Amino acid sequence: MLSCAARLVRAQIQSKPTACWVVAARGYADIVDEATFTTSEYALHKLDEGPSQTVTVTRDDALKYYRQMQTIRRMETAAGNLYKSKVIRGFCHLYSGQEACAVGMEAALTPNDHVITAYRAHGWTYTRGVPPVNILAELTGRKSGVAKGKGGSMHMYGHNFYGGNGIVGAQVPLGAGIALALKYKGSNDVCVALYGDGAANQGQVFETYNIAKLWDLPCIFVCENNGYGMGTAVERASASTEYYTRGDYVPGLRADGMDVLAVREATRFAAEWCRSGKGPMLLEVATYRYHGHSMSDPGTTYRPREEIQEMRKTRDPITGLRERLISVNLATAEEMKQIDLDVRAEIDKAVEQAKADPELPVEEMYNDIFVDEPPFKVRGTNPFMYGMSK
Amino acid sequence: MAALQTLARRCSTSILKRHFSVSSPVAAQMTVRDALNTAMNEEMKRDESVFLLGEEVAEYDGAYKVSRGLWRKYGDKRVMDTPITEMGFAGIAVGSAMAGLKPICEFMTFNFSMQAIDQVINSAAKTYYMSAGKQTVPIVFRGPNGAAAGVAAQHSQCFAAWYGHCPGLKVVSPYSSEDAKGLLKSAIRDPNPVVCMENELMYGTAFEMSDEAMSEEFLVPIGKAKIEREGTHCTLVSHSKSVGLCLEAAQILEKENIFCEVINLRTIRPMDEETLINSVKKTNHLVTVEGGWPQFGVGAEIVAKVMESDAFDYLDAPVYRVTGADIPMPYAATLERATLPGTQDVVLTVKKSLHIQ
Repeated sequence: MLSCAARLVRAQIQSKPTACWVVAARGYADIVDEATFTTSEYALHKLDEGPSQTVTVTRDDALKYYRQMQTIRRMETAAGNLYKSKVIRGFCHLYSGQEACAVGMEAALTPNDHVITAYRAHGWTYTRGVPPVNILAELTGRKSGVAKGKGGSMHMYGHNFYGGNGIVGAQVPLGAGIALALKYKGSNDVCVALYGDGAANQGQVFETYNIAKLWDLPCIFVCENNGYGMGTAVERASASTEYYTRGDYVPGLRADGMDVLAVREATRFAAEWCRSGKGPMLLEVATYRYHGHSMSDPGTTYRPREEIQEMRKTRDPITGLRERLISVNLATAEEMKQIDLDVRAEIDKAVEQAKADPELPVEEMYNDIFVDEPPFKVRGTNPFMYGMSK
Repeated sequence: MAALQTLARRCSTSILKRHFSVSSPVAAQMTVRDALNTAMNEEMKRDESVFLLGEEVAEYDGAYKVSRGLWRKYGDKRVMDTPITEMGFAGIAVGSAMAGLKPICEFMTFNFSMQAIDQVINSAAKTYYMSAGKQTVPIVFRGPNGAAAGVAAQHSQCFAAWYGHCPGLKVVSPYSSEDAKGLLKSAIRDPNPVVCMENELMYGTAFEMSDEAMSEEFLVPIGKAKIEREGTHCTLVSHSKSVGLCLEAAQILEKENIFCEVINLRTIRPMDEETLINSVKKTNHLVTVEGGWPQFGVGAEIVAKVMESDAFDYLDAPVYRVTGADIPMPYAATLERATLPGTQDVVLTVKKSLHIQ
């Protein structure tokens, strides 16, 4: 009954990640500063060795990841509600369920690294440094939005973050181009170019693998495999669903995308590979999205409800991290509950602002066509109407 | 490069002695090819972040030799041969521009740009707007556009109308060597995405270059048309190779005391409406000339602009368009010749406009 992808996400974890010795008492005095866990195995392609299955995390980092994932979850839930009440229009692709991918990868990168992704981008926009209020205001089309309301859900940009791209697969060559620029400038930074299981069959992706490998570009190609390209399950779209091998001559690995620490470790491994000048690497993260492809899709006509419920219950990345932290006394349930409340309050406040802020005045629609250009006339919707582009 | 220029200068001074000299005695001659080459060379020398990529641009010296010598001078880092994967390498070029480089992305011909057109339009042209001014894309797409000779339907399309359609893109179409050098230099310096449509049949044509045009700081502004020849009876407006056609037609018509004003658009987008309208107000007659197809073409846009402007009241005849025939390009020489506009088409249409037999 479960789709291939869900089976994969479940199967690749032979057993739930193990914890180290559990402390019996639960008082604050027993809180530890760091803990070590074992991730599930990584699948390797053209690699002699892979990332470590033994991952250590500090308390501070763990709580940060928890907070970040919870923020994305709440923000996406708020976006879904705003869409249902018609305050958000058009496209809205929610990241709920995939939080560990953005947060885990970001944990292994620096703000000097570069990221480009496709349209399921709200979570990444946040981890790249854009406050939730500016993301939600962009979704509601207001002038406090990160693109002043001119971009919408799929076109949010940030520091070293190139969106948010609406055309499936187009962001992959762009990402390799960014990596080219980094290499050209002699930088030690990498570019992470993300795409989904649906985009993985795009011709331009293979064209990009070819050039990236030929030119040794410092590019980490990341396939966020959530099991479905819109309504098409992976085994119905791809002759090979081993996406981490699809780069052929590009070495690859697959990690559990529901485990934020596994994602972090895999990304660390890939980033080190690219930074050392060995060329590109392909990282597949096996993940899952709870909602439909977009808000227009209930997400239940092509997959069983039981599958979604099962994933939420047994593989949720946020619950998974919470259980881990509690089990080894890295944090208490109470303080994580407090984080939940803080995040909820922050998002609720952001929602209010996203609803209350005004849209750009109509005259400003003519702006931002060209950069560094003296003001010029732009035609409107009839021959007698012109705006000035500034 | 310098040796070539000196040689050209020596040849041209002897040639010029036999004609009316319109510029200083040391004016040089330069082919369109060399003008483009010089433009890229000068801009690559001036700015480290400028680089060239495309098929055969490096070791082959360019499919049409436009990039001759550049790889030998600047090496692998600045001149990159790509595999035959337009969508991939155009996307890579756009990405590199987003991250701060200034790529010149060559399409061997613009026919192949169709495979990459999503990257030109959706990734390059629209990004500054979608990001509300946060993300610039300082890229130049260049290559030969329109008909060549005997290359048949898939290799002969003119893309001026398609690219000229899109806000966020600048589109230039040089005719002369001065145009080619100055517009390409401006395009490379422009922080916006620019499509530079050249013409293969013009690459080998030599034009006089003024001293100013020979300097390293010579730029032709994007968005400004050039009046190649002044006249009073009828305005001919054109771009690229067809400008030459208009000049020839104007010479023929002059013998019948019909004096045409020939405008070289130089830029398709943003089009220099002001120059067009002022000329129409002066001559009261307008004929557009292009190699591309008639429907939804450059001429069609000019007609619409004139209709909606106050130049309409100055027209003594409808605006007429001379274009390529509305068919895919045939191979056979006679058929190909009949498909592309010739001087007789321009002469006939001007006379129709002037109600002359």
